[in-house]
Order: sequence, then structure tokens, then C-alpha cells
Amino acid sequence: MKHYEVEILDAKTKDKLCFLDKVEPNATIGEIKSMFHKSHPQWYPARQSIRLDPKGKSLKDEDVLQNLPVGTTATFYFRDLGAQISWVTVFLTEYTGPLLIYLMFYFRVPFIYAPKYDFTTSKHWVVHLACMCHSFHYVKRLLETLFVHRFSHGTMPLRNIFKNCSYYWGFAAWMAYYINHPLYTPPIYGEQQIRLALIIFLFCQIGNFSIHIALRNLRPPGSKTRKIPYPTKNPFTWIFLLVSCPNYTYELGSWLGFTLMTQCVPVAFFTLVGFIQMTVWAKGKHRSYLKEFRDYPPLRSPILPFIL
Amino acid sequence: IAGTSKAAHSDVAPKKKKGPGALATAYLVIYNVVMTAGWLVIAVGLVRAYLARGSYHGLYYSIEKPLKFFQTGAILEILHCAVGIVPSSVVLTGFQVMSRVFLTWAVTHSVREVQSEDSVLLFVTAWTVTEIIRYSFYTFSLLNHLPYLIKWARYTFFIVLYPMGVTGELLTIYAALPYVQKTGLYSVTLPNKYNFSFDYHTFLILTMISYIPLFPQLYFHMMRQRKKVLGHVEDYSKVE
Repeated sequence: MKHYEVEILDAKTKDKLCFLDKVEPNATIGEIKSMFHKSHPQWYPARQSIRLDPKGKSLKDEDVLQNLPVGTTATFYFRDLGAQISWVTVFLTEYTGPLLIYLMFYFRVPFIYAPKYDFTTSKHWVVHLACMCHSFHYVKRLLETLFVHRFSHGTMPLRNIFKNCSYYWGFAAWMAYYINHPLYTPPIYGEQQIRLALIIFLFCQIGNFSIHIALRNLRPPGSKTRKIPYPTKNPFTWIFLLVSCPNYTYELGSWLGFTLMTQCVPVAFFTLVGFIQMTVWAKGKHRSYLKEFRDYPPLRSPILPFIL
Repeated sequence: IAGTSKAAHSDVAPKKKKGPGALATAYLVIYNVVMTAGWLVIAVGLVRAYLARGSYHGLYYSIEKPLKFFQTGAILEILHCAVGIVPSSVVLTGFQVMSRVFLTWAVTHSVREVQSEDSVLLFVTAWTVTEIIRYSFYTFSLLNHLPYLIKWARYTFFIVLYPMGVTGELLTIYAALPYVQKTGLYSVTLPNKYNFSFDYHTFLILTMISYIPLFPQLYFHMMRQRKKVLGHVEDYSKVE
């Protein structure tokens, strides 16, 4: 079996960074990254981008050396992706924040409201309901992160954690401040409004969870395969007939429910911003589905049936 | 190792994508000419008012209407980016235009007492000179006949005008603070059925603070642009 020689150059300066000889032809990029890491300990595999062309796309960890368009002396280019952090870590951090922060406002911890309100509770029962819903939502997200989701990428750039946490934690504090405020005004239409809102919220929480399970089942453990999602026996997944990313559709629905329940402008604003971001993601996902699968169902829209 | 070839020009980096179509170019030329003219009107208005009164005081009133009209009109530039006939970032342009519109309407127009302050004249002057140069720069660029003087002015005058404008803006916002607090302008208090509150006074203070991280970034970005555009950097052949 003939062995390969691999040289790794810096994509920007073209400096020779590493030379590996006697590399097995069936070595993967992932294995080459590990070898490169040994000679440059500061660049762990997750922050390495290895490409055939300095300006080209990153090669995948699963790519096999002998299947790549290279000679027996392969030249790769390296780009440092910067400090990385795992998706799981980011999700756990960004979701634990809102859970705890909201509770701080709910229990009226000192220095938030006037001292005479410290550790008191709201006299409106909708405020207790809202706290339960909000907490349930983030506990669900944490559990899904630990037990349900199968991530395509292991890591993301470190700076994302600051950006993401500012967003989630900031909005959670802003919403919680008003909902748990001593001068909070309950919904105009009272019990009717709250009941309807709760039904919408719960329906969408179950829906969102159903979609997450369906997506998980598309992908065997430890794999990164991509398949077209289809409706399953669970009626909550039948929305796949009309929408590519129903998880986002249901998420929007949950927050609309929460907005209706609390009748609070900051919540409406959070729902709007989230909707805009999720629409961007849904359109991107929809586009990549269309590109990857010839037979992708034409009736589907990215996030809102027939509309968006 | 092969060498890189010598690049001769440096005015405009070679663009791979084609620019706006003929109709869009015609529209943009008209837009930029009109804006140049508008800000010239404001400049002339300021000078004439100064000569008539003999003092810098209260010149705002002499150009209030054209200032509002042409500064607000700049909102179209956000649209130009969104539609794609101008290659700038929608977010960046939006931010820059809206901060001007904010100063014009939400501060100067809204807080009457601030209109006679000298700080208003400071930023209006800075804006006027900047915009006359900027819009004529765009006009000539679109017509592919950009005099070096205009290019030089665009990338040099900001060195003084930018800090001048920022100083005027900050002083004006600062002057508005007591009146905003006293009258509760644009503020909403609890309780209300929207469960929302907004304190404009605090908002203005936060706005002033935001200048601290933002201004240096924008300023040094212009500095870097200046080096790139006026620097005439040429690549020389590399020999390995």
C-alpha cells in the first residue's frame, strides 16, 4: 500500500506549517487534523479549517484522503477558525440564564423593585401561570439539548456565547421585569384571553417537541446524515406537508401564546425579533434542502404555510 | 513559487459583480445631485443668515425646513442598499441615517429650548460640509469622472468634521436632558395595559454613552479607508 505525504500550508501566508509522511491512504481529514494538532497544540481539531484551496470550502472530517483530488503528496491549506465552544455548552448556558433570571424577578429579589415589594408575590394568578409557562419552556429546551438534539457541528466560535447570552438573558430580564412588576396590568379580556393563550402555548410546545423528536429520528446516533423530514403518525408532525421548519413555526406560536397571556409589549417585541431570526434560518434551511434533494416536496414553505 | 503581478491602479478595487443598471444609475445621479443641491442651499442659508445677523446665535431657524427635508430624505439611501442598487450594508447605512434623523427630529425639533444652542450650529455645519462633499463624490463616481480633489476632500475633511459633529451632537443631547426630565417627553409610565414603560431621559443618557464605543470604531474605519483609497498601494512581484 502506497503511503501519502501531506503538507499543510497557512492559507493566508502560504507558510509551511506541517509535514506529515507515511499517511495511510484511507486516513480521514479528522485524523489528519489530530496529527496536525500534535505538532501545533494550540490549534485543536475543532478550530482547524482544512481546505484544498486557500479560498475554498472547508473539507469535512469524514472525507477520506485517497478520495480527494490530490496526488500522493497532498497539499492542504489551513485556516484558524478561532477559539471554539461546543454547541451543547452554549445552549445550556443561554437557556439556564432566562430560567434563573425570570425566577429572580418572579420572587422579587431585592434591588429590582421598591423595597416594600421585596420577596412579595403578585396578586394576579396569570403572573403565576406565566412563570410556570416560561420556566417550563426553558426546562424543556435544556432537556432537549441534553437528550434530544443531534448536532451537525460540534462547535461554534467562542464569541457567539457572549452574543447569544446577551440576547436571551437580556430579553428574559426585560420581559420578567414587567410581568412580575407590582404595577402589572392583567389581560383586558381576563380569563377568556388567558385560557385561549394557554391552549395555544401548550399546543405549540407539544408541536415543537414532536418536531424535535421527528428530526432526531431521521438521524442515527453519532451520524451527521441529512434526510428530508416527512409527517409521521404523530398529528403534530403533519405540518411537514406545508412547512420545511415547523419547529420554528411552533416556536413562534408558543411565543404568540405567551404574548397573549401576558399582554406585555416587551414579550411581543421578543416574539417579533425571534420570528425575524427564525425566518432567516428557515429560509436558509429550505434553500439547502432544495439544493441537496431533487425530489423535495414543492408544496412546502420555509416557515409559514403558503406565506413565508 | 509564482510571483504576483504588479497592479497599476488603486482608485477602485476591481469589482467582480456588475453595478446598478442604466436606469438605476440615472436615478442615483439625480438623487445625489438633488442632495448636493439641497445641502448647498443649507450652506448658503447659514452664511446669509450669519451675514445678516452678524452673530452665530440662532442660525438654526434660518435653515430649519431644508435641514429637516434633506436629512429625512436620506432615508431613501437605506432603500437603495436594500434594493441593491448601492453596494453598502443596509444595517450600517440604516444606523448612520437613523442616528441623523434622530438628532434632527427626536432631539432638536422636539426640544424647543435646545434650538438656540450653539452646539446645534456646530453639528449642522459639520453635517452640511460633509454632505456636500459626500453627495458630489457619489455623483461624480457614478458618472465615472471623479476629480481627485473631491476624493481627497471626502477622505480628509472627516478628520476634523467628524469629531466636530460628534461634539455638537453630544452637547445638544446633553442640553436637552433637563427639559426632557421636567416634561416627561416621550416617556411612558406604569401602570398601563401594555405593561411597558420607557424613560426618554435615561434613553438619551444611554445614547450619549453609546458614542464612546461607536465613534472610535467609525472614525478609525474611515482612517483605514483613507489609507486604502488615497494611499496608492501597489503590489510588487514576489520572488521566492
